[in-house]
Amino acid sequence: MPEYEKGTLEKLMDGKLSWHETKSIMSSFKDPDRFDKYVQILQDRVPYDDRILLPLALHLNIVQKKDGARVVKCDCGHEFGDYQENWKLGALVYVRDSEEKMQEVYPPLMHSNPNWIVLREYYCPGCRTQLEVEAVPPGYPVVFDFKPDLETFYKEWLGREI
Amino acid sequence: MAEFKKGRFVEEYEPIGWDGKTVLEMLEESERLFEESGHYCGVEELSLMKEDPIRYEKIFAKLRGGLVNARETAMNVSASPIVQEIGELCFALYTPEGDSVALSTGIIVHVHTMSDAIKFMVRNDYEENPRISPGDIFSNNIPKLGDVHNADVQTLIPIFWEDELVGWAGGVTHVTDIGASTPGNVPVGPISSYEDGLDLTANKIGENDVVYRDHQIRCELGVRTPMFWKLDERCRIAGCHMIRDAVERTIAEEGIDTYKQFIREAIEEGRRTFIQRVKELMIPGTYFAPAFMDIPLKGEMGLPEYAAIDSVCHAPLELTVGSNGEFHISFDGANKWGYHSFNCPPSAMQGAIWVLLTQTMIPNDKVNDGAYFATSSEFPEYSLCNPVEKEAATGAAWGYLIPAFTGLIRSISRGVYARGYVEEVLSSYAMTMNALQGGGKDQYGNDTGMLSFEISCVGGGARGICDGLDYGAAMWNPEGDMGDMEVWELIMPLLYMGRSVKPCTGGLGKYRGGSGFQSVYAIWKTTDVVMQNAGNGNSFPSAGLFGGYPGACGYRHNVLKADLLERFRKHEPYPSREDDPADSEITKFCKGEHLFDGRTLNYPYRMEHGDIYYSYYRGGGGLGDPLERDPELIEHDLEGNFILPRYLEKVCGAKLVKDNGSYKVDVAATEQRRAEMRDERAKRAVPVKEFLKAEQRRVKNSELDPILKKMYNSSFELSERWGKYFKEFWDLPAAFQFEETV
Repeated sequence: MPEYEKGTLEKLMDGKLSWHETKSIMSSFKDPDRFDKYVQILQDRVPYDDRILLPLALHLNIVQKKDGARVVKCDCGHEFGDYQENWKLGALVYVRDSEEKMQEVYPPLMHSNPNWIVLREYYCPGCRTQLEVEAVPPGYPVVFDFKPDLETFYKEWLGREI
Repeated sequence: MAEFKKGRFVEEYEPIGWDGKTVLEMLEESERLFEESGHYCGVEELSLMKEDPIRYEKIFAKLRGGLVNARETAMNVSASPIVQEIGELCFALYTPEGDSVALSTGIIVHVHTMSDAIKFMVRNDYEENPRISPGDIFSNNIPKLGDVHNADVQTLIPIFWEDELVGWAGGVTHVTDIGASTPGNVPVGPISSYEDGLDLTANKIGENDVVYRDHQIRCELGVRTPMFWKLDERCRIAGCHMIRDAVERTIAEEGIDTYKQFIREAIEEGRRTFIQRVKELMIPGTYFAPAFMDIPLKGEMGLPEYAAIDSVCHAPLELTVGSNGEFHISFDGANKWGYHSFNCPPSAMQGAIWVLLTQTMIPNDKVNDGAYFATSSEFPEYSLCNPVEKEAATGAAWGYLIPAFTGLIRSISRGVYARGYVEEVLSSYAMTMNALQGGGKDQYGNDTGMLSFEISCVGGGARGICDGLDYGAAMWNPEGDMGDMEVWELIMPLLYMGRSVKPCTGGLGKYRGGSGFQSVYAIWKTTDVVMQNAGNGNSFPSAGLFGGYPGACGYRHNVLKADLLERFRKHEPYPSREDDPADSEITKFCKGEHLFDGRTLNYPYRMEHGDIYYSYYRGGGGLGDPLERDPELIEHDLEGNFILPRYLEKVCGAKLVKDNGSYKVDVAATEQRRAEMRDERAKRAVPVKEFLKAEQRRVKNSELDPILKKMYNSSFELSERWGKYFKEFWDLPAAFQFEETV
């Protein structure tokens, strides 16, 4: 099974690896130690000490706090709360619900009918990074994109305690 | 001699299954063994693979080689550019019960749909009547039996060794016209299955390797393009016969017992490999990724009142990955089927699961129905993804399927991202739309039905490490290709005025969705043609990921009574593109009756020689915050005309400076502008909890567009669970229903 240097993985994550090398990684068997190396790279990059348990999305990680709590945390350090709750409920939101607002992003006619589908932009309250954009009808519940089963992942798939 | 059994008189016959069994008995036994053991056909030990792995792999390579060879050769029998240029065909080999063992390249979405069609024949005891014999030819195109939509026509040929059925060869091509109530092959016009066109209900269409003449006559009279039909059918039969030859050669070389053992083990290996890949790439848990598609048919003059309505399709995809690598996909909460051709039966949904998993989870392994046995699914009855009703039209089932499964790609991407395999992360693929479709008389005076398969080449979703593939992908065919303009001009009464990149189609983000492209056509040398647009114009089915924006929606800009011919005579400029609908070249360079609006799905209407038809093909979803887009990528956007400059400024915060006539990014000024834009976000946004209070009032007071109220009520009606989820989220009483005003 292949193994890659930390530097190679960092370049891959940053989109700086050549296409030739990237293609080679894609076509090979997957490197089984990727998860640990990947988490270590992300850990080295964040300004906080809380241990990353699982990368959840760009800029968002599930971390273990010193008091044992497992929370969703942005790269900037902002905490959204328990990972079993939808982090979006603790975010800022801006809703594009008119043609005028849509046309700040799309040319006329190239966006949805805002009476039928709106864009909900979710920002981190700490760094104002746009973390997700939902394209849903008005009245749709806030989408809980991903609720990982952390215990099973660690215990049964990785074969170790969290 | 006929005897009375099963409630009717049955002619005596020798069973064609293994060891004196009927094929139906074999299918029932196979299902029982899987149910009891969890292994395909109860195969617990892969002994052939273990004891002689080289031989095992060689057998697979021989069969796989036979299938690819069949496709590459047979496609040249066809004359249809959809098959020859675009490669809209595939072949597969099945067990006697109908489980796929191996497949060719091509539109592999059909590998499981043909499995359903074979099983339909087996379950309906075709062995007894009309009999399954060496040299027989069967054909099917009914999605409710096993297909995606009616224009995907299947040929199925039984393979015998001595007196036993040892398998089936299956081939499918996407035909040019299927004889529906409106022309083309994804007809938007049929509102019941009785208008879907030619019905081949898993019919026996030939014996002794010869097609029945009555079948040929029926089909030639039943479709608008009989020449393409006839050659497509010969293409499929030729390919199936090549597969039969390859299987017979393999059995002669390896022995029948080894062959039988191999096909069982290959599928069980496929099942195990899939589970292993899930555990290797994903994270257990629950993923939710709904998608929506508009069907704006209100006011269409060609439709009855009850069908001429606007509606929105709800595709609430939920993926559950269990502790043992179980992969369960549910559409619980999908809304009701309707009087349009977007209804999508379960076979088509399974096909979509299949084609996406083979391109994401198992691209490098043995691809066969093993993956099907490793997954489970839920398609609620009477919903758009399981219409049940016999009268539900399915001619354009892709209209629900394609948007619906963007959620699967986004869900898988969340799993592989968490696992660190960022090179496999993808945002939503683009809608393979606009479907340029029409029919009438072609430029030679012949009847025609047409659909430009330029749709086979839209934008890919943005990737975890770079922009999406520009105009090079189709979710249903891993070999995306737009075809040559000259070839499309040969078969359609259309003349290209231009084909180029369409800016602003790919969703913006740290990484941009792959771009779509545009074609401007003149209706050409036809005396009688109707045309339509088919695609999304009011919804964003290609959602972004991790902060990226969705791929853009479509629109219509066709010109009736255009002054194009006069412009040619006067040597005046004519339109060849429409980069910016706010500054339309088509408006500038063409007078006439402009249909310039969001009606991207319509009943066919008459167009004339010299009129303008505009079609643009969509872009994929973006990934990541657009304020993180690398200035070098922004310069590439400008050089390639992928994004109009004002949107790079407004969305990505790029400060652009003109340098020798071209734009460059001022990096320092861009950084400063981006910091300001983050502050602007904070000013305009509100805490989600505050937003929810206002939105809850709106929901409680039924202050939504009437078509949304209808959509939500329909989901409540079909799924108590989804209704409960919705009502609990908004703290509504259990009996809550939206007040419908229309």
